[in-house]
Amino acid sequence: MVTTTSIRSAKSGRARNGPRDDTRLALLFILPALIGFGVFLVWPTLRGIYLSFTKFNLLTPPQFNGLDNYVRMVQDPVFWNALKVTLYYVILNIGLQTVLALVIAVMMQRLTQRTWLRGIVLTPFLVSNVVAAMVFLWILDYQLGIGNTILAAVGVDRIPFLSSSSWVIPTIAFINVWRHVGYTALLIFAGLQTIPETVYEAGRIDGASEVRMFRSITVPLLRPILSLVLIITVVGSFQVFDTVAIATRGGPVDSSRVLQFYIYDVAFGRFQFGYASAMSVALLAVLVVVTFLQYRLTRAETSDLA
Amino acid sequence: MATDTTPTVATVGPVAVRRDTPPAEPRRLNFGRALAWSFMILVILVSLFPFYWMLRTALSSNNALYAGSGSLLPVQTSAGGFERVFGLQTGQEAIDAGGAGQAINFWRYLFNSVVVSTLITAGQVFFSAMAAYAFARLQWKHREKVFAFFLAGLMIPAIFTLLPNFVLIKQLGLVDTLLGIALPTMFMTPFAVFFLRQFFLGISREVEEAALMDGASKVRVFFRLIIPMSLAPITTLAILTYIASWNEYFWALMVSYTDKSRVLTVALGVFKSQTPQTGPDWSGLMAATLVAALPMLVLFMLFAKRIVNSIGFSGIK
Repeated sequence: MVTTTSIRSAKSGRARNGPRDDTRLALLFILPALIGFGVFLVWPTLRGIYLSFTKFNLLTPPQFNGLDNYVRMVQDPVFWNALKVTLYYVILNIGLQTVLALVIAVMMQRLTQRTWLRGIVLTPFLVSNVVAAMVFLWILDYQLGIGNTILAAVGVDRIPFLSSSSWVIPTIAFINVWRHVGYTALLIFAGLQTIPETVYEAGRIDGASEVRMFRSITVPLLRPILSLVLIITVVGSFQVFDTVAIATRGGPVDSSRVLQFYIYDVAFGRFQFGYASAMSVALLAVLVVVTFLQYRLTRAETSDLA
Repeated sequence: MATDTTPTVATVGPVAVRRDTPPAEPRRLNFGRALAWSFMILVILVSLFPFYWMLRTALSSNNALYAGSGSLLPVQTSAGGFERVFGLQTGQEAIDAGGAGQAINFWRYLFNSVVVSTLITAGQVFFSAMAAYAFARLQWKHREKVFAFFLAGLMIPAIFTLLPNFVLIKQLGLVDTLLGIALPTMFMTPFAVFFLRQFFLGISREVEEAALMDGASKVRVFFRLIIPMSLAPITTLAILTYIASWNEYFWALMVSYTDKSRVLTVALGVFKSQTPQTGPDWSGLMAATLVAALPMLVLFMLFAKRIVNSIGFSGIK
């Protein structure tokens, strides 16, 4: 408040007319962003909801058809299967990724804080999902992949990683963990930096072991940041598409047909934009509910450090 | 309004990789530490091995891969994979080597990727910076309300706006153009505005006041003072935006249909679908994959330190 007054007096000292008000200039400054926000974020959101109540094939104007799309969705076994597959993927992906990222972050903090280590761990994040999918498609190839060659060499049966319905989702989850775990670990690492070193020193003086300190200091003090990281990664995980599109195209049968891939297929394979929009709304609803639950369950808004 | 540097969602800002903390004092190598290091070495291996494997496979000749699948070095070293990617082999040569026999237009895709990512990055960072300045420093009615509205945009998952945005781009006649791919994210993202506003709030007001006293306009202050003083966060945001737009696949896949607007990620997918289903041209595929990954890896080598240190809570994206 003090600052504002001083600016005001400074301004009036320059004898400009009227009280300080930058409305016109501000409008000019936010105009491009406002256009982008309105045209490519707010409008599509409203339109997406509207389209979900229509029959629309892109070529002729949308026709309102009430709840038809939603009725169809509830009765569509492929939709329910896609939802189930997506949930299964999210659980595996987030579970593995969070545990690994936490361990990596803690080790980066306790072993060495050098940048090179963080750089290496982050490297996979720099390449696209498409690249990640391609290289693992090759590494995990049933006949020629080095993964299976090693398995065969140590006398284990070859695993049809991406071509068996029971392995495909865990494999895709793993591929995406490979690309994202370093990024997540760095987020958690930044969170760890906010825990005062003195707390650990006190723990050490009391003779606590590293494992004990991890359980009694790190985890509780990290909770707010960890829950924020979880919310972000879960929302991202639900939107899985790239890896599936490149590596399996939903197969074998429907065992990796995640929701986003099904939506894409319905929209661009069959030109049923209305039905695809309805499923997008459903995905949005799922995300809102999951985020809300996570926020409440992990008490993301409170901190134990304060 | 006094500068509210109180952290909002999280402490977004020049986060705090605290350098003053001494690394854990060297202790005797005990069992736990050895175990921890072996775990980290495993993590490093798993992170980097696929990159080596791309290179090793790309440098092998495709027909020899079957016999040499266990070899850690390239088998029958050959540049054929790369030659097929760059269209340097004749169709028959390529087919004999297990490829698709179709030349792919790598330089075109590279060019497209560069144009799209540059358009998005330049536009998004500049326009977001302008908006962030208006939210942080200009006095106007309803400022906080409009900002809250912008923030609410963070809650909408990108995926939800894709279909309607595609319909819009189609109506604008921009399907299969580079501008069509860039347009939706060229103006702003709520994150970019939020991120930069946080930095602008932290810039000392005295410097700004002094410039205003000297008769500089607000516009001049923004260009000559605020931007130069925030070059570090602006660069960070630009790099993160560039990486994200370079790696984007889903949206680009929707919008681009022909070589005219195909970016590298999409082209790689197409290249993959063209390879023979039985006995794919792995060395060609891995050469293409490596080539597609290379620009970002080079960027990373140049800016590794900045990128690594910027992913703190600024990295919420």
